[in-house]
Amino acid sequence: MTTTAVGTRTKASCDRVPGAWGIGLSRGALEIKQFFRQREQVVFTFAFPVVFLFLFASIFHDDVRGTGITASQLYVPAMMASGIMSTSFQSLGISIAVERDEKVLRRLRGTPMPPAAYFLGKIWLVLFTGVLETAILLLVGTTLYGVDLPTDATRWFDFAWIFVLGLTGCALLGIAISSVPRSAKSASSVVVLPFLVLQFVSGVYISVDTIPGWMLDVGAAFPLKWLCQGLRGVFLPDSARVLEQAGSWEFGRIALALAAWCVGGLALCLLTFRWKDRRTG
Amino acid sequence: MTSNELAVDVRGLRKRYGDVTAVDGIDLGIRKGEVFGLLGPNGAGKSTTVEILQGNRSRDAGEVTVLGSDPETGTRAWRSRVGIVWQDESAPAELTVRETVRHFARYYPRPRDPEEVVSLVGLEAKADSRIKALSGGQRRRLDVALGVIGGPELLLLDEPTTGFDPAARRRFWDLIRLLADEGTTILLTTHYLEEAEALADRLAVVAQGRIVAEGTSGALRERYGTGATVEWTEPDGTPRAEHTDTPTRTVAELMRRFDGEIPGLRVSRPTLEDVYLRLTGQEGTR
Repeated sequence: MTTTAVGTRTKASCDRVPGAWGIGLSRGALEIKQFFRQREQVVFTFAFPVVFLFLFASIFHDDVRGTGITASQLYVPAMMASGIMSTSFQSLGISIAVERDEKVLRRLRGTPMPPAAYFLGKIWLVLFTGVLETAILLLVGTTLYGVDLPTDATRWFDFAWIFVLGLTGCALLGIAISSVPRSAKSASSVVVLPFLVLQFVSGVYISVDTIPGWMLDVGAAFPLKWLCQGLRGVFLPDSARVLEQAGSWEFGRIALALAAWCVGGLALCLLTFRWKDRRTG
Repeated sequence: MTSNELAVDVRGLRKRYGDVTAVDGIDLGIRKGEVFGLLGPNGAGKSTTVEILQGNRSRDAGEVTVLGSDPETGTRAWRSRVGIVWQDESAPAELTVRETVRHFARYYPRPRDPEEVVSLVGLEAKADSRIKALSGGQRRRLDVALGVIGGPELLLLDEPTTGFDPAARRRFWDLIRLLADEGTTILLTTHYLEEAEALADRLAVVAQGRIVAEGTSGALRERYGTGATVEWTEPDGTPRAEHTDTPTRTVAELMRRFDGEIPGLRVSRPTLEDVYLRLTGQEGTR
């Protein structure tokens, strides 16, 4: 080994490159910091479901016949599901498309950062914002619209897995859709439009007993419908089951559908994810 | 020269985009510790070549070895030895300079001290500013900071000073010289001739995907800048110019013709710019 500066630094290549987990944590902290510094994005992500909950639950507040609940109560789990999808699907779909367009991804690819660390960072961001969003909506729902927190531990357990599986499935779907927009400018419309449609056919804005069966079947192909149904099962009394298509909460099918989306979404991401935009591809 | 003395070894590199041939058989050998300039007009194939060296673009043909590895199969350990400064900057706008440099340092096994790198690029005063509040030149300096934070053995700079004012360009040059003095091998593409001449130990002129000349700037001038131009004014006021390999003989003939002083006499040797324009086929554009 020579004593020149170049020679001594060659030894660096023998050192272990830092691990994905540690860098992922540090990327997560950075992502959260960046997220909260973009005020528009914070408002867009957090305020939307809260405003919509307020509007819908205040406009429709009559008793729903034969269920023992009010329409307002029905909107609380619906908006929580929508909020989970907003913080995962919508936020990732738009932000990754923008990062790709602005060549942030390409720059990261030029460093020894392990690709997994990038996705771990996004997962931390989505977990953090998803928990926060859900907590806000739950607080509004319990204080203003008469939703009772479950007293049964198994219900809380159901809530935990529905939240994790739903958030993960939607996040993966968001990463996958981020490859569709051609530029940062078109990202919002490409991501928001399908999200809006899904909210209508999944029972977010309109109760599942009012939506035509074929529409619900379309919704059933995506995670949001199952997320909504699961959260109704957790936060509404069992007497409200009559509104469901199947007449029951179907926790087993919910678990299957959401888990399938986690696996399928992951495969979709691995197949379609691009570090570069199409023009320079 | 053996291959382990070379930081970059490229043979017969080719790349096409559809019908357009961007790189048409390039050979390059860049020695360790050298500053090498890749000079050429826009669209000559400089950026494509550099992107292939970075491992960010596939090639159609040719052998490429960068720090002993093929960039297409570059591992993370290999990436940690190569620093990249992109043509278009892309740092996260909402973070501060210090946060960004510190964060990027975490990607590398043996990073440089972030504080030291921030002052190396002259951004101490802006260390706590958000990136979106920086000027174009300051962002470029941050790009260099992110390119060198890992302590690279090889730094690839793609048109680093495009859009700089002259003063900012001079400061940037000082920074590159500083890195070169530390022993970093530097490959820099530019379409500014004076930049290549000021920084590069050796340079290659690229035109239409091929290297048309290679050597030190002095050697290029000597080899391709043959002859001289003799200019004078005829008695009827018409300016005349003649390109010749024997300017002294031309002047002697003129002396005989004019019998003494030659009106408007000027004898000029070609500048590197003349050589460059001739080599890149842009002679008529002056």
